[in-house]
Amino acid sequence: MDLSTTYLGLSLAHPFMPGASPLVDDLDTVRRLEDAGASAIVMRSIFEEQVSLAHARTLHDLEAHTDSYAEATSFFPKPSEYRLAPDAYLEQLRRIRAAVSVPVIASLNGVTPTGWLEYAKLIEQAGAHALELNVYHVATDPEEPGTLVEKRTLDILASVRASVTIPIAVKLSPFYSSLSSFAAELESSGAAGLVVFNRFYQPDIDIEHLEVAHDLHLSDSSELLLRLRWLAILSAKRKLDLAVSGGVHTPTDAVKALMAGATTVQMVSALLRHGPNYLKVVLDGVRHWLVEHEYESLAQLRGSMNLARSPNPAAFERGNYMKLLQSWRA
Amino acid sequence: MPDAIVRTLDGNQAVTSVAYRLSEVIAIYPITPSSSMGEESDELASKGTLNLWGMVPTVVEMQSEGGAAGAVHGALSAGALATTFTASQGLLLMIPNMYKIAGELTPFCMHVSARTLATHALSIFGDHSDVMACRQTGFAMLCSNSVQEAHDMAAIASASTLRARVPFLHFFDGFRTSHEVSKISMLPDEVLRGLVDETAIAGHRARSLSPDHPVLRGSAANPDSFFQAREACNGFYAGCPAIVAETMARFAELTGRRYGLVDYEGHPEADRVIVLMGSGAEVTQELVEHANARGEKLGVLKVRLYRPFPAAELVAALPRTVKAIAVLDRTKEPGAVGEPLYQDVRTALSEAVEEGALASMPRMIGGRYGLSSKEFTAAMVRAVYDELAKAPELGGAGAKRRFTVGIVDDVTHLSLSVDPRFEVEPDDVVRCVFYGLGADGTVGANKSSIKIIGEETDRYVQGYFVYDSKKSGAITISHLRFGPRPIRSSYLVKSASFVAVHQWGFFDRYDVLELAREGATLLVSSPHTPEETWNALPRAIQEEVLHKKIQVYTIDANAVARAAGMGSRINTIMQTCFFALSGIFEREEAIGYIKRSIEKTYRLKGAEVVQKNFAVVDAALSHLHRVPTPGLTSERTTPPVVSPKAPDFVQRVTAAMLAGKGDALPVSAFPVDGTWPTGTAKWEKRAIADSIPTWDEKVCIQCNKCAMVCPHAAVRVKVYDQAQLEGRPETFKSMAYKGTEWKGSAYTVQVAPEDCTGCGLCVEVCPGKDKANPRHKSLEMVPMRPLVAGERVNLDFFLNLPEAPRAKVKLDLKESQFFEPLFEYSGACSGCGETPYIKLVTQLFGDRTIIANATGCSSIYGGNLPTTPYTTNRDGRGPAWGNSLFEDNAEFGLGIRLGVDQQAKEARELVRVLAGSLPEALVTEILASTARDEATVAAQRERVVALRAALGAATDPRARRLDILADYLVPKAVWIVGGDGWAYDIGYGGLDHVLASGANVNILVLDTEVYSNTGGQQSKATPLGAAAKFAARGKATPKKDLALLALTYGNVYVARVAFGAKDAQTVNALLEAESFDGPSIVIAYSHCIAHGYDLVHGLSQQKKAVETGYWPLFRFDPRRTDEGESALKLDSPAPKGKLVDHLRAESRFRAIELEDPDRFQHLASEAQAHVITQYALYESLAHAMTPAPKTPDAAPPASTKA
Repeated sequence: MDLSTTYLGLSLAHPFMPGASPLVDDLDTVRRLEDAGASAIVMRSIFEEQVSLAHARTLHDLEAHTDSYAEATSFFPKPSEYRLAPDAYLEQLRRIRAAVSVPVIASLNGVTPTGWLEYAKLIEQAGAHALELNVYHVATDPEEPGTLVEKRTLDILASVRASVTIPIAVKLSPFYSSLSSFAAELESSGAAGLVVFNRFYQPDIDIEHLEVAHDLHLSDSSELLLRLRWLAILSAKRKLDLAVSGGVHTPTDAVKALMAGATTVQMVSALLRHGPNYLKVVLDGVRHWLVEHEYESLAQLRGSMNLARSPNPAAFERGNYMKLLQSWRA
Repeated sequence: MPDAIVRTLDGNQAVTSVAYRLSEVIAIYPITPSSSMGEESDELASKGTLNLWGMVPTVVEMQSEGGAAGAVHGALSAGALATTFTASQGLLLMIPNMYKIAGELTPFCMHVSARTLATHALSIFGDHSDVMACRQTGFAMLCSNSVQEAHDMAAIASASTLRARVPFLHFFDGFRTSHEVSKISMLPDEVLRGLVDETAIAGHRARSLSPDHPVLRGSAANPDSFFQAREACNGFYAGCPAIVAETMARFAELTGRRYGLVDYEGHPEADRVIVLMGSGAEVTQELVEHANARGEKLGVLKVRLYRPFPAAELVAALPRTVKAIAVLDRTKEPGAVGEPLYQDVRTALSEAVEEGALASMPRMIGGRYGLSSKEFTAAMVRAVYDELAKAPELGGAGAKRRFTVGIVDDVTHLSLSVDPRFEVEPDDVVRCVFYGLGADGTVGANKSSIKIIGEETDRYVQGYFVYDSKKSGAITISHLRFGPRPIRSSYLVKSASFVAVHQWGFFDRYDVLELAREGATLLVSSPHTPEETWNALPRAIQEEVLHKKIQVYTIDANAVARAAGMGSRINTIMQTCFFALSGIFEREEAIGYIKRSIEKTYRLKGAEVVQKNFAVVDAALSHLHRVPTPGLTSERTTPPVVSPKAPDFVQRVTAAMLAGKGDALPVSAFPVDGTWPTGTAKWEKRAIADSIPTWDEKVCIQCNKCAMVCPHAAVRVKVYDQAQLEGRPETFKSMAYKGTEWKGSAYTVQVAPEDCTGCGLCVEVCPGKDKANPRHKSLEMVPMRPLVAGERVNLDFFLNLPEAPRAKVKLDLKESQFFEPLFEYSGACSGCGETPYIKLVTQLFGDRTIIANATGCSSIYGGNLPTTPYTTNRDGRGPAWGNSLFEDNAEFGLGIRLGVDQQAKEARELVRVLAGSLPEALVTEILASTARDEATVAAQRERVVALRAALGAATDPRARRLDILADYLVPKAVWIVGGDGWAYDIGYGGLDHVLASGANVNILVLDTEVYSNTGGQQSKATPLGAAAKFAARGKATPKKDLALLALTYGNVYVARVAFGAKDAQTVNALLEAESFDGPSIVIAYSHCIAHGYDLVHGLSQQKKAVETGYWPLFRFDPRRTDEGESALKLDSPAPKGKLVDHLRAESRFRAIELEDPDRFQHLASEAQAHVITQYALYESLAHAMTPAPKTPDAAPPASTKA
C-alpha cells in the first residue's frame, strides 16, 4: 500500500511523524524515531521568551556578585566562555539534519515581531526544511480583542513569509471565535499548512497547599474528538495541509484523523508513553487496516469523512450536540 | 626592539601572562589574593592558549598549598617547567617543599602576592610577613614594586632560575600590586624567547628522574656526609646574583626597561636614604622627586633581589654622602633585634665598613609600615625623612632607633607623627573616587573606564578598589588616577577632583566628601529631582559642598536602569555620566568607546543584552542634571553610627571602624591579643534591605519556619505571658498561642527591620495563607522605609520580653525556635544557606558551646571585624568562638575538647577530694550529673553556684583551684564548623583523624559544594556537571561522599541534612549529634550565591535536591544498633522526577548546557545514573546494617563448652 504524501511541499513516505516535543532533544531518540519509520522530524518549539529569559537570567546569575568582595571578585569561570542560545537550538537542528535523511521541521514560538523574524531566518539558515509557527498564546488581557489576537498572528505570518523561503505551517489552539474564517485568512497570508491543535499546559490546583500545580498531563484518545471535528470542517474548505496533533494513540485514532482530512499525523504523548518504536506500530496498524478494508490509496481515505463528504455533515456542527442531549434524556 | 603592546590589567594578570607562557605544569590552590593567577591560568588553558613552546600547559588544582608544592616538586623532578601561585598561610604550607626544591637545586619560579600571616587575627591584605618567613629556605627572592615590574620580574626571575639552578620566589604586594589595575607594556613572546636559555632547559631535563638515565634523589644522609653535602651548593648561591644581573641587562637590551639588583633613585649626594622593597618604594620615590625638586637631598634604595642578598651591590649603590639611613620593613618580628631587611642592610654596611668599602657607618634606624595593607602615603614617607633629619649626624637631637609609621602608637610610642594634609601629587593627575554598592556594578564600570582611558589615550592609569568586610549590602570605593606620567602613588586617592556617589543612602552613613578637593565635581545618583536633591542632602554635606565650592550633578540612575529592564545595575549609566562630566574625551567619542566596550563584554550574550546597554548609554545624558546649590537649606543631621546605648568599647572602637575611621584609632584602643567582645553586631544598624517582611497574625499558623530559615536571625518568634503585653508599642502585634503546650500565652513574630537583608526566604517558607485569597500570606515583603521607625520600637519591646524557659521548650523544629539565637545579624550574603545551621546550633546549645571555625565564609561572616555576630544570653553565656587556620580546624576542635575534658576531670576529682568539707548531697548530685539535657544542665549550673558558695573563702589551694575550674562541671559542647573546602579537601586528613579518635566532638560541614569564600573554585564536594573555576566545562567526576566515608568507621554519628527540604530532620540530626557520646558529623546542604540563582529560591532548590536524589537525607546513629535497628536510617524517599530539571534551575549547571549542550546532556545523564545508584547503595547499606536478632547461644561462655 502506497502511503506517500506531500506535506508543506515536502514529499513524505507516509503521514506519521513525531510532533513538536522534547523527544528530539536527544540525538539517539531522533535516530530511533527514524528507524521506527518517522516520515519527518518535528523539533520542539523554541520559545523566544524562554530564550531571552534564559539569556537574561543566566547573565544576571553569573554576574550578580562580581566585584563585590575583596576575596572573590567573581564566582564563576569567565562568562565570555559561554555561547548563549538560540545557538543551542540551531546546533541541535544542524545535528538532526546531519543524523537523519527525512525532512526536519523546526518549530518556533515568538513574542516580539523582531524575535519571530530573527529566529525564523536563523532556523532557515541552519537548514530546516520547513517551519512551524507555534502560536502559543493564552489571551488573558481584557484590553485585547479577539480581532487583534488574530491580526497579530496574520502580521507575523506575513512578515515571516516574506523573509524566509521555506514552507510555513501555523500551529493553532482551538480557541478562536471563528476558526474557519481565521484559517482562510492564514491560508491567504501564506500558510502552507495548519497544525491542529496546540495543547496548552493545563495547570491543576493543589488543594492542600493552595497552590497551582504544574504537572504535565499526557493526552489520550478522547482529545482526538475535538480535532476530528475541526479537521472535518477545515479540510472540506481549505486547500492547505492539515496536520493533526494531540490525541492520536492507536491506529484507529490515526485512521479517524485521516478520514477527517488530516494530511499528516503528529504523535507525542503516545511516543512518550510507549517509546519511539510505537510510531511503527501505529504506521503498520494503519497500513494493515487499509489493506484489510480494501482501500486503494491513502487519498481514498483522506477526507472521506469530512464536512463535505461524510454522510451526516450536520453531526460535525451544532446538530450533534442536540442529538446527544436528546439521546441522554431518552 | 619590538613595538610595545600596551594593556590595562591588574598585577595578578600581568604576572600570569608571563608565568603561563613559561610553564608546562601549573599546580595551584586558591588563596586570596593570589587566587586569580591560578584562575586566569586555568582560563587560558581551557581556551587552548599556548605557552612559549606551542603547548597548552597542564593546570591542576590541588587539595592544599602543601599539595600544590608537592605536585610542582614532582613535575620539576620529572624535568618539566612548573610554577605555582600562592600567599600567606598557603606559602607557609609550601615551605617544607621549598627546602627540598632548593636543596635539590631545581630551576623553578613561584609567584607570591605577599599577604599578612594570621597572628592575633587573620588578614587577607598585604604585607611581607609571609615571604619573610621563607628567606631561610634557600630560594632566591625577587621583589616587584608595581604592576609593570610584576610583569617584568616574573620574566627575569623565571629566566634567571633556569641558569642559576637556584629556585626563585617572585613576590609583589598583595592587593596593592596584585589587584591594582594599571597600564603596562606587555612582553611579547620574542622577548621571553630572548631571555630564556634553552641550553639551561635542556640541562634541567637532563637532570630529571627518568628510567632512561636513572639516578636517586632524596636520600637520607648521616652525620658523616650531610654537612659537607649541604655546603656543596654554595657556588650556585654565590653565582646567582650575577646571573640575575645579566638577565636584567639582557632584559634591558630587549625592552629598554632597566633594572638592577638594587636600584638607587634620588639625589647623587643625598644625606638621607630610605631602603625598602615593594610598592612602598614607588611612593618613596614620588616623595623623593618632589622634595629634591625643592632643594632637598634625599634618596631611596629599592632592594629587588632580596635573596641571595646583594650586599656589595647595595653598598656600592649608596651615595657616599649619606649620613642617615632608614630601613623600612613591611613585616613584624616580635622579639627580634630588628626586622629582617633592617638586619640585612645593617650587617652589609657594617661588614663594608670593616672591609673598607665604606668609610664610616651612617646612622641607621629601622621602622615598620604598611602591615595588612595599611596605607603608606607620601606624608608618611615625609615623616620618615623628617625623623632621619633628627639624627645627630645631621645635627638633630636624635632619631628613633625603632619606629612605626602609619599608625598612632600611644602605648609604646614608636610611631612617627604624620601631617595628614601633606600631599605631593601634581594637578595634572586626574583623581576620582566612586562610592558604590557591590551589587550595582560600580567596580566593573570603573575597570572598564580605566581600560578605555588606558588603551585609547596615551595617559597612564591606575585603579584600586576597596571593598567592605560584609558580604551583603557591601559598599565599594573605587580610586582612579589618570596622568601623563607613570603613576607611583601606591596609596588611595587623598584628594579627588571627581567624586561619584552611586547610592543615595551613603550620604547618611559615610563621609563621602572627605576626599573631595576644592572645586571638585560631585555626581550623585538620586531618587529626587535636581532641586529636591539639594534639599534632601544632610546639612553637613551641604556645608561641605558650599565650603569646597563643589559642583553637583544628579541622575536618577535607578529609574533609568529600571525603565531599561536593567534592574539595579546602574553601572553603564553612571559610567556614561562620568565620561560626560570628566571631560577626558569629547562626549560622542566617549560614548563610542563605552559602546565598543559593551559590545566586547556582552556580544556573546546576545544582541538584546547589548542593545539594552546601548539604550541606557543613550538615555543617560538626557537624565543628567546640574543641581543648584543655593545655600544651606537642610536641617537634617546624619544619624549616629551606633546607638548611644551601646557599650563603651562599641562606642569608642567599633563605631569608629564602622564609620570608616578605623585608621585613626590608636594602639591603646585595641585588645593586645586579638580577643574581642562578642555580641557587637546588634549595634550596627545597616538597614540595607529595600523591603522587609511584615506579619499578618490573622493568617499565621505559628509554624516558626520563618524564624528557622532566616539567615540573619532578623525574624524571631517568642511565646510569652499575656501580661507582658502591658505597655506594648502601638503597632506591636501579638496573638494567642494556638497549641496546647503554651496554652494561654501570647505569641509574636517580629522582624529586626534594620538587620534584615531582604532575602525573602521567610516569605517563601511561610505556609500561612489567607483562605479566601491564598496569594496573601502571613508574611509578605513590603518596602522597609515606611515601617522602619515603628518596627524599631517593636523590636526593642520584643527583645525585652522574657525568653521561654529553656527546660520547658520541646525539642522539635517548631519549639526550637523559641530558643534565643546566639548568632545574629552576621555579614553573610543575603539569603545565605549556611547561617541557618549555625544559628540553630547556637539556639540548641549556644550557652555551653565552644566553636572551632575553619577559615572560610563562616569565619568571615562569623569573625570579620568590625562587628561580632556571636552573642550572649541574659546570663552572659553564649558561644565562645575561635579560628585557628583553614587546614587544622578539626584538630583545633579536638584540642579544645581535650582541654575542656581535662579541666572537667580535674574539677570532678577536686570535688571528690574535697567532699569531706562540702555538703554531702551537693557532692553526690554534682558527680552523678552527666546528662546534657536542658533541665540537668540548669540544675548543675545551680549546683555550681552552691558549690562556689560552699567553697566560700576557703584557703585550701585545692579549693581555690576548684573555684577556678567549677564551671567545667557543667557540660560543654564542642562544635567544629567549616565549609567543604576545609572538610573535603585541605582539612580532610585532620577531620578523618578526629573522626577516628572517638572524641566527643560535633562537626558541622556547611557544604556549598564549592570554595565560596575565595570565589567559586571547585572542591571535591563539587558535583558532577557543575561549572566551577577549574571545572569550567563542568566537573567530570562525582562529588566525594564524605558521609559514606565517615560512616564506614561505624562508631561515628553521621547525618546528611538540608534544612530547606526537611527542617525537622535537621533539628533531630543536630540534637542527636550533640547527644552522641563520640564524634558526630553533620553534612549540611547549603545553597550559595556560587550556585548561580536568586537565593530566594534556595529552599525550593533544596527540596528539589532531596526529591531528585541529588542530596539524599539520612542519619547514621550507632546507638540504634543496640535497639535492634539499622544504624542507617534514610530520611528521604527514593529519587523521584528528573534530576535535570533541578540542575537546570542553577546557572552553575545551566551554563554548561548553554556552552555545550551535548556535554551537558552527557553529564546530566551520568549524574542521573549516579543519584539512582547512590540511593540504592544507601538502601542496601541500611538493610545490611540491620542487626540480626540476638541468639542466646551464639557465644556460650567458655566454661560451658567443656
